[in-house]
Amino acid sequence: MSQTAFETTAYSRRRARMSQAFSVLCLAATSLGVLVLILLIWEILWQGLPWLNARLLTSFPSMYPEKAGIAAALVSSLWLITLTALFSVPIGVGAAVYLEEYAQASRWRSLVQLNIANLAGVPSIVYGILGLGLFVRALALQRSILAGSLTLTLVVLPIVILAAQESLRAVPNSIRQASFALGATRWQTVWHQVLPAATPGIMTGVILAISRAMGEAAPLVAMGAAATFITFIPLSPIDEFSALPVQIYDWASRPQPEYHHVAAAAIVVLLTVLILLNATAVYVRYRYGKRIRW
Amino acid sequence: MMQETTIDRPIMPLRPTSFPRERPSRTADDLAGRPPKISVDHLNFYYGPKQALSDVTLMIPQHCVTALIGPSGCGKSTFLRCLNRMNDMIDNTRVEGEIILDGRSILGPKVDVVALRKRVGMVFQKSNPFPKSVFENVAYGPRVAGVRGKSVLYEIVEKSLVRAALWDEVKDRLNDSALQLSGGQQQRLCIARALATNPDVLLMDEPASALDPASTSRIEDLIFELRDRYTIVIVTHNMQQAARVSDQTAFFYQGELIEAGSTNELFTNPARKQTEDYITGRFG
Ligand SMILES: Nc1ncnc2c1ncn2[C@@H]1O[C@H](COP(=O)(O)OP(=O)(O)OP(=O)(O)O)[C@@H](O)[C@H]1O
Ligand SMILES: [Mg+2]
Repeated sequence: MSQTAFETTAYSRRRARMSQAFSVLCLAATSLGVLVLILLIWEILWQGLPWLNARLLTSFPSMYPEKAGIAAALVSSLWLITLTALFSVPIGVGAAVYLEEYAQASRWRSLVQLNIANLAGVPSIVYGILGLGLFVRALALQRSILAGSLTLTLVVLPIVILAAQESLRAVPNSIRQASFALGATRWQTVWHQVLPAATPGIMTGVILAISRAMGEAAPLVAMGAAATFITFIPLSPIDEFSALPVQIYDWASRPQPEYHHVAAAAIVVLLTVLILLNATAVYVRYRYGKRIRW
Repeated sequence: MMQETTIDRPIMPLRPTSFPRERPSRTADDLAGRPPKISVDHLNFYYGPKQALSDVTLMIPQHCVTALIGPSGCGKSTFLRCLNRMNDMIDNTRVEGEIILDGRSILGPKVDVVALRKRVGMVFQKSNPFPKSVFENVAYGPRVAGVRGKSVLYEIVEKSLVRAALWDEVKDRLNDSALQLSGGQQQRLCIARALATNPDVLLMDEPASALDPASTSRIEDLIFELRDRYTIVIVTHNMQQAARVSDQTAFFYQGELIEAGSTNELFTNPARKQTEDYITGRFG
């Protein structure tokens, strides 16, 4: 048997070199991203950690940086994301189920679909202005947590719908066929087979959308969320509110450097909550993904 | 699929003799004397502009096994899916002609397809268990039909799994995910799942394509057993299987029904040249 087929040639060596060069390039790109991220986090931690203590979590905004805290902002933010999730999940999943499982392919459907995709790309401050006009003024909800979370619902709704649609589409058609062939109605098929199979994907999408809502400052600022004078813990959805990103924005834009440290400490708290949310998303995916494998 | 190339007619003597039970086919006279369970009249079926079935007229007698044979892509699955209206789920399809089940038309917009599918069960060509436990897979049909009560469901599940020759292998793992079963076990699970709804008619699209010889022969036994209470339509690429299990055989070619008749007749004395060529493996 001849061995020539396995000997390296100038051509194969060149291809190997190209392949190696490309992998080095990709590695460089990845490392650059990671490096910037590490620098950012390092900077925040370095500035914020010394200021991160129980007082920060339990105090209200103050004229004195060493007395300022995020109690109101943190509780407000938790209120906001809870209500936003409560509003956006049923509406978003419902819309996705309608579009994927019920709506016939039609021009009308494509139009709706196109609009949802576009809405997902609308800058969030635009929703803030809409929220100001619609919820704060027209519906007279004032600058309440309710108005804030409804506005955030508008921001994340397209994202939730798109993520849910994606997960529904990932459920193989053979599952629907099997269910229909056993005499199940469309509703039974969706409720007992399609939705459970799509749940991990939907949950991941929802959690990521909620993380986004948690980090949004612009729409809340636009609709007039307060940062400085909320000196109580908001206890009901009609209370006025602050929000972590709004509070951070307020402190970071002040001239005194001490406030920048308080802002950094608040960012650490915000990041921690976001990382927890994301970890939940990963866990959900891992946990259910193991059970459902096509 | 066509490893039967060396088989010479007559094929019937090739029926394995090692089966526990003789499985005599129904005779042509017997078939003719039976009431039609399903009668298909001048059926045309289109996927968009493409015609997949042309002018198919076939009588499916009650309590008989009808085998559909023919080369890949000739429309066997399409025909089967017409019988329980599963083609409705495919966009842009069109059907013409008439299909009568127990004297009533099943085509047309007024038919309750959910009720139809409870009576006409189906086992798909590719096994498609739900990503749920073995128990839940089999219990699903009865559940959506309104059966409640763990013990009733358990009884149905056990009976269906026993009949599908799967019970012994899964009785200790009813709560495991069905997706952990082997390919052949999944196929039998799908058969059990279809049996659990207790249909009148059972459509089986190559139910034995992923099975080993032992399970295959158990499925064939099952089909024989079910024959007295159900009407069965089975698609198979295996000529010997068609000869072993069916009473009537229909040969499809390029969307047309070339020949249909009692299995004994068709395999020993086909009327058409194409049929003869196909069953002897000369083309297909
Ligand atoms: N969903 C579909 N859309 C368009 N064409 C289809 C569709 N399903 C089947 N066809 C076409 O219809 C014809 C008949 O297909 P069918 O699946 O009924 O064949 P079959 O006899 O079951 O073949 P096989 O033995 O390979 O399963 C084929 O030409 C196929 O390409
Ligand atoms: Mg087929």
